[in-house]
Amino acid sequence: MTAPPTTRPTPVLAAVDVTKHFAVRAGVGSRAVVRAVEGATLDLHRGRVVALVGESGSGKTTLARLLAGFYAPTSGEIALEGAPVRQRRGRVERGYHKDVQLIFQDPFGSLNPLHRVRHNLERPLRLHHGVRDRAELDRRVGELLERVALTPADQFADKFPHELSGGQRQRVVIARALAVEPKVLLGDEPISMLDVSIRLEMLNLLDRLRTEDGLALLYITHDIASARYLCDDVVVMYAGEMIEGGPKEQVIADPLHPYTRLLVESSPDPARGARDREALFDAGADDLGEPPSLIDPPPGCRFHPRCPFAKDVCRTQAPPRTDVGEGRWTRCWLHATDPTATSQETE
Amino acid sequence: MTPPAPHDDLLRVTGLTVDYVTDGDPVRACADVTFTLRRGEILGVAGESGSGKSTLVTALSRLQRPPAVTTAGSIEFRPRGGDAVDLVTASPRTLRSLRWTSVSIVLQSAMDALNPVMRLGAQFADALRTHDRTLSRQAAWDRAAELLTTVGISGDRVRSYPHELSGGMRQRAGIALALACGPDLVVMDEPTTAVDVVMQRMILAQVLCLRRELGFAVVFVTHDLSLLLELADRIAVMYAGRVVELGTAQELYEAPRHPYTRGLRDSFPPLRAPLRRLTGIPGSPPDLRRPPSGCPFHPRCAERFAGCDTHLPDLGPAGGDGHLVACRLYDAAPGRDRTVTLEGSAR
Amino acid sequence: MSTVRLSLLRGWKVRTGLAVLGFFVLLALAGPLLTAAVPGLDPRANDLAAIGLPPGPGHWLGTTQFGQDVLAQTVEGARGSLFVGFLSAAIGTGLAILVGLPAGYFGGRTDAWLNFLSNLFIVMPVLPLILIVAGYMQGTGLWVIALVIGFFGWSGGARTIRAQAMSVSNRDFVAAMRTLGEPHHRLLFHEVLPHLTGWIAAMFLHGVIGGVMAEAGLAFLGISDSSAISWGTMIQAAQQQSAVLRGMWWWFVPPGLCIALVATAATLVNFGVDELANPKLRTARRSVVRRAERTTAPDTAPDTAGSDAR
Repeated sequence: MTAPPTTRPTPVLAAVDVTKHFAVRAGVGSRAVVRAVEGATLDLHRGRVVALVGESGSGKTTLARLLAGFYAPTSGEIALEGAPVRQRRGRVERGYHKDVQLIFQDPFGSLNPLHRVRHNLERPLRLHHGVRDRAELDRRVGELLERVALTPADQFADKFPHELSGGQRQRVVIARALAVEPKVLLGDEPISMLDVSIRLEMLNLLDRLRTEDGLALLYITHDIASARYLCDDVVVMYAGEMIEGGPKEQVIADPLHPYTRLLVESSPDPARGARDREALFDAGADDLGEPPSLIDPPPGCRFHPRCPFAKDVCRTQAPPRTDVGEGRWTRCWLHATDPTATSQETE
Repeated sequence: MTPPAPHDDLLRVTGLTVDYVTDGDPVRACADVTFTLRRGEILGVAGESGSGKSTLVTALSRLQRPPAVTTAGSIEFRPRGGDAVDLVTASPRTLRSLRWTSVSIVLQSAMDALNPVMRLGAQFADALRTHDRTLSRQAAWDRAAELLTTVGISGDRVRSYPHELSGGMRQRAGIALALACGPDLVVMDEPTTAVDVVMQRMILAQVLCLRRELGFAVVFVTHDLSLLLELADRIAVMYAGRVVELGTAQELYEAPRHPYTRGLRDSFPPLRAPLRRLTGIPGSPPDLRRPPSGCPFHPRCAERFAGCDTHLPDLGPAGGDGHLVACRLYDAAPGRDRTVTLEGSAR
Repeated sequence: MSTVRLSLLRGWKVRTGLAVLGFFVLLALAGPLLTAAVPGLDPRANDLAAIGLPPGPGHWLGTTQFGQDVLAQTVEGARGSLFVGFLSAAIGTGLAILVGLPAGYFGGRTDAWLNFLSNLFIVMPVLPLILIVAGYMQGTGLWVIALVIGFFGWSGGARTIRAQAMSVSNRDFVAAMRTLGEPHHRLLFHEVLPHLTGWIAAMFLHGVIGGVMAEAGLAFLGISDSSAISWGTMIQAAQQQSAVLRGMWWWFVPPGLCIALVATAATLVNFGVDELANPKLRTARRSVVRRAERTTAPDTAPDTAGSDAR
């Protein structure tokens, strides 16, 4: 909601050209590589929210888990306040988790059904803040529950997850992450499993954490409207690659990349004019194609098989990242400088 | 869409009540649901978890199993060129003859409804030839290819096995299969929840297109009101097992009467309109095992007044065009006046 | 949780099973005191005046070919058999957890090695091996028998635990707690293991049945402690003295019946434990459904005329 400052401080958490490949078994004896994330670069700053938008299989969850330290990148680097994060045997050091926390999509799955709310909040307090004293633990658990508006706190502390509604569970999950006092909160579709009527409360809660506590927030979603509501910047992923980024209003109102345009147009929008809607539904009856396999992605731009503007160069060469000013960038030959000249030079 | 002649009703649901029986008190999942569906109409049913919308789907299609039991009401169905049938009391034999040929159903998991060890063409041919025994094998396969083409899948895919298709394609094949025998009514339960937005738009466009061609009516059940506002002719909003508002999509969007409908509509952040702070609806959906007294929405309602917690409002007319609402705001004479002015401002 | 526990006790199967098991456990604990207190009920005393007597007033269950009281032996045998059953089940279940839990939780190379180990034990010809081991260990006591049965009987359980641990470990809450920085041992024993209690309980009960049976089987083959008394040794003695040919049914029927009863009881308890571990088995009772269906009034006569007017 604020204009980007001209000189940026060091990002709290940054991904620099991060790539993640998974080896999978493809049939008997043969192995294949899934190129889940390719060359992703992302900066998260204090008090700002970046939305990572993409469809399922676009690599957004893999990126979130890379940032959360679940696994090490195949290449590239993740830096916490400028310092590269080291991994030992595929696991980051515990200190990393003190700064970066992940909120899962499914509030029903991410709380152990056998533990009370209290257990979930006390563990991080013991682990990261060395709180042992019973009274102190109670006080801080109460504080945390109040911060996520689960009041009266003493009543909620002793409940089991199955006694809570979906929204209340997700609040507990957020409180558990906050107990660590992290600098970065990664939300992997934190509202998509919640009932529609309580989603906004959750977004407002995240917004409050950003403004009041200065958390850096990564909001991963497939829902562009909610991304627009919460975030400052939008980054769009397609088939494992980041294809467009910039301030939300510009990106959503006037997408540069044909895929972003397709995504925005496909989103439900009751405010759409009747004529636009008819045109859209008529056009939509054509086959719009589907994202490619990440085992064998198309050469060149990964979107070219579905792109109405695809040119020769799109089929052979991956487009470079082009900055177009106002903090906006895209990876598309439509906006890269003189694509044909570039392609001739290299050939 | 121009509404067809008023007496051209395909489905009349009257006082439909479905209980889940337990060892204790029965849980009422659908209570006194009454609506009509015209031929060729798309009726959207919007609701959150526990609203009874999925129970309604199984009750309409008579697919429910114990512990769900229809305890009251009727579902009068008038297939083309046939006599009216009450689906609640119909014999299993009658139901079998109606299924697929007159009523078919598309579930969220329609993609999993395909037999994994049969070619698509064989599954379509099975369905087609059960319906019309004179059809030759070759003709059935040809018709299958045709049907696949109508949902944007190339006809030569009839020879494919389901696992050779992507999730989105399987979902569309599931829809094509549901339409194979030219039903009068298609019940769709969240048919696009498991697919991405672009695919969702494509599926909906194809459903609209096929509806124009084949003239079937659709009951489309989803939690996503913003989607229904774009797709449906009329929308029924359900809360705690009851229909709380029923009206045309346009009226529901521009002038929702029920506080819940209004809250639900405002739970979707806009895609393009200027952003303002939205609050959703405080509280969480009711637990049907312990439904609130009076109007089930009153604990979350900002406009409740004396008596809302004791009196259950009836679904009654509010404004013209058969707009119905179950809210005491519109019960008394002054309330009715208010709806008129609201509607006046909307037009 | 408490409601779940209560529902476990509600079924008649579980109650019956627990009652029978409890009776035998009590018998095993207090029985020998009883036989010592009552004169003429010494399981080892040879009453030469009463050899091979059928059930009668002096000896309620008759006597053996050696003039031993069958009732006293059956009571004493409960202690031996159940001791072997419970100890071998504890050892087997313990080993299954030790191997299966880390295999399922860590996956990868750890899993490959541990899984290889359990596969090895599955394909091993257990009976000949037990015979060899038991033969090698001179003067086999019940302790050794239980150890051997447990040691060779964990592999199938380990596979089950591994599969379950794998599925629980892949659930979000384990990943979430790991992101909090929880160490592996806490995740293993506080997050994953409690979810396996149902399976472990079932496995333990199976182990008890298996242990009692295996002990009897081994005794029958002659591998047992000659001084110890268990249901297995009783049957073996009866067999050696050709009790079947002589028509001395009272010698082998009581211990055989006891084995069958314990196995049945454990199985009954297992039904309840299964329902705990797999809630899908819990369904609404049919009578309740039928009652509700009957209330579907036949007078749902089409009153559709006025339906749309409202």
